Amino acid sequence: MSDARFTGTERYVATPDLMTAVNAAVTLARPLLIKGEPGTGKTQLAEEIARSLERPLFEWHIKSTSKAAHGLYEYDAVSRLRDSQLGDAKVHDIRNYIVRGKLWEAFDSAVQPVLLIDEIDKADIEFPNDLLRELDRMEFYVHETRELVKARHRPIILITSNNEKELPDAFLRRCFFHYIRFPDAETMEKIVRVHFPDLKKELLAEALTVFFGVRDTPGLKKKPSTSELLDWIKLLLAEDIPPEALRGDDPKKTIPILHGALLKNEQDVHLFEQLVFLNRRAGR
Amino acid sequence: MFVRFFTDLRARGVPVTLPEFLALLEALEARAAAQSPEEFYYLARLALVKDERHFDRFDRVFAEHFAGAEKLFEQLVATLPEDWLRQLAARELTADERARVEALGGWQKLMDTLRRRLAEQEGRHAGGSKWIGTGGTSPFGHGGFNPEGVRIGGAGGQRAAVKVWEARDYRNLDGDRELGTRNLKMALRRLRRFAREGAADELDLDATIDSTARNAGLLDIRMQPERRNAMKLLLLLDVGGSMDAHVKVCEELFSAARAEFKHLEYFYFHNFPYERLWKDNRRRFSVTTSTWSLLRTFNPDYRVLFVGDATMSPYEIQEPGGSVEHWNEESGRAWMERITAHFPRLAWLNPEPEDNWKWTPSVALTRELVAGRMFPLTLQGLDAAMRELKHPVASRAPA
Repeated sequence: MSDARFTGTERYVATPDLMTAVNAAVTLARPLLIKGEPGTGKTQLAEEIARSLERPLFEWHIKSTSKAAHGLYEYDAVSRLRDSQLGDAKVHDIRNYIVRGKLWEAFDSAVQPVLLIDEIDKADIEFPNDLLRELDRMEFYVHETRELVKARHRPIILITSNNEKELPDAFLRRCFFHYIRFPDAETMEKIVRVHFPDLKKELLAEALTVFFGVRDTPGLKKKPSTSELLDWIKLLLAEDIPPEALRGDDPKKTIPILHGALLKNEQDVHLFEQLVFLNRRAGR
Repeated sequence: MFVRFFTDLRARGVPVTLPEFLALLEALEARAAAQSPEEFYYLARLALVKDERHFDRFDRVFAEHFAGAEKLFEQLVATLPEDWLRQLAARELTADERARVEALGGWQKLMDTLRRRLAEQEGRHAGGSKWIGTGGTSPFGHGGFNPEGVRIGGAGGQRAAVKVWEARDYRNLDGDRELGTRNLKMALRRLRRFAREGAADELDLDATIDSTARNAGLLDIRMQPERRNAMKLLLLLDVGGSMDAHVKVCEELFSAARAEFKHLEYFYFHNFPYERLWKDNRRRFSVTTSTWSLLRTFNPDYRVLFVGDATMSPYEIQEPGGSVEHWNEESGRAWMERITAHFPRLAWLNPEPEDNWKWTPSVALTRELVAGRMFPLTLQGLDAAMRELKHPVASRAPA
């Protein structure tokens, strides 16, 4: 197979367990199913793998209306009908009306590609079942032209899920599974460093304290995630906020500046305000 | 040696199958080298566990199993053939690292040091010795045979030395985790029953093609009603008193059910259903619905779902006048029997943990009244309740 190993990139910090997962999936050419909180970089992972291993990337974004067949090919009967009425010569070859899907494109790639099947849980409950044979044998049959499409190289398949639907067992059995945990403070610092290399140390430390403080607040409906932290820091930098402004007397007694980037729900903001109010009263 | 691990996992309820186990062996073989324990742990988890809810169970089995097998691993390392090591090193070590190995006195010396260290290690931790100590004193912490980073005699240290699986970070993801609205919706979805009812406002493609063909090619459009979830659900919720502790989960269940069912009716009761139920808790004493009219209004094809902790004094069920709030002419038991007789498909969800049920006599009573159809308000419980509502076991009759 391939000797290249994935160890993260200059833009993406991979934990050891994630590296093991990716490398095992690459070595054994098995699909890797990635789950985790929203905003922990599931989708980005595929891009980074493709970049670091220098492979072409095919992205297949799943919607609630997606069918497994869309990923293979579609037969455009309507344009064939139109062409036949216009007397176009193209009409005699059915191959002109077969539109390739992402999976076919990936199968046809000259080098081993990376295929991202993004948010598989958005699709219909039967969707994963319809892909079993394709993922297992990496081949499918085109009924219109009676040809068998086989992958030239087994693609590195990454599948992300947000857990909105349970995936069928038969499908899971064919995948490796990795759950991206929410990064701890140390990893988080690395991640922020990767994105904002010039960030002042004090500001970073203060921002992380505030961030993890917010995350630990009990009862939040939507906990802020990595991508929200990065947005927030970007805002802090854009507004040129000094680290002292974040400190306050006590993180529990002030609402963080520009909290709109971290709290995405009016109930959460309200809850936070109440907590701050209570803490202030208790502190007096 | 992993077969027992495999069977242990299955015994503990991690749904591992043979192909997955074979995949793990295949993965181990593909690497063709003894991994660092962490990497082995990650690899095993990757291949065998397909749901983060099972991570905690997996961690526990892993810890138990490999606590016993540690010695074995040490022996394995102590008797590693030198040629194999040297080959490995030639392939994996950089020139710089090889120089460092030479500086330590070459392979022979190195192996001796290593063996000595292993022996020390065994001596120091008598009995349940762990092969990864803290602080980087263990041979596997920095002197391991990890082909990616042979750091013999070096400082090492950064590469773990805490057993990841013993940290049990995934505890709160285990099966009985908090229910979120999303999960609840998924469980409730089991109860879907699609049927075509109402106005024909959707194109029936198959019928249209069929009748057009029969019509010698002249277009003949056929319509059909849209497919909708025809399941009817009646939700009866206990409020106040001991239920205050479960408000959040009930709220979530309620909002999930509202989103999932078109035909959803709900009523509240306090502790146990008597002759009156209500829809608005603020006006519970002024605007009420009599239970008789409930039984008349909703026909038996409604599924009934009770949500309550059934925790009260047994008198509140057994005796007329037992209610804590008002004088009830007839006992709660009589009302419950009427409800169960009218609605054959019924289940009771109890937010109290199942282990506590046996300590409360009123729970046992209620359970008997609903013919055993009481389920804990967890994902599995809800799932089982939905199954029960969909395909009730026919032989069951109210006790």
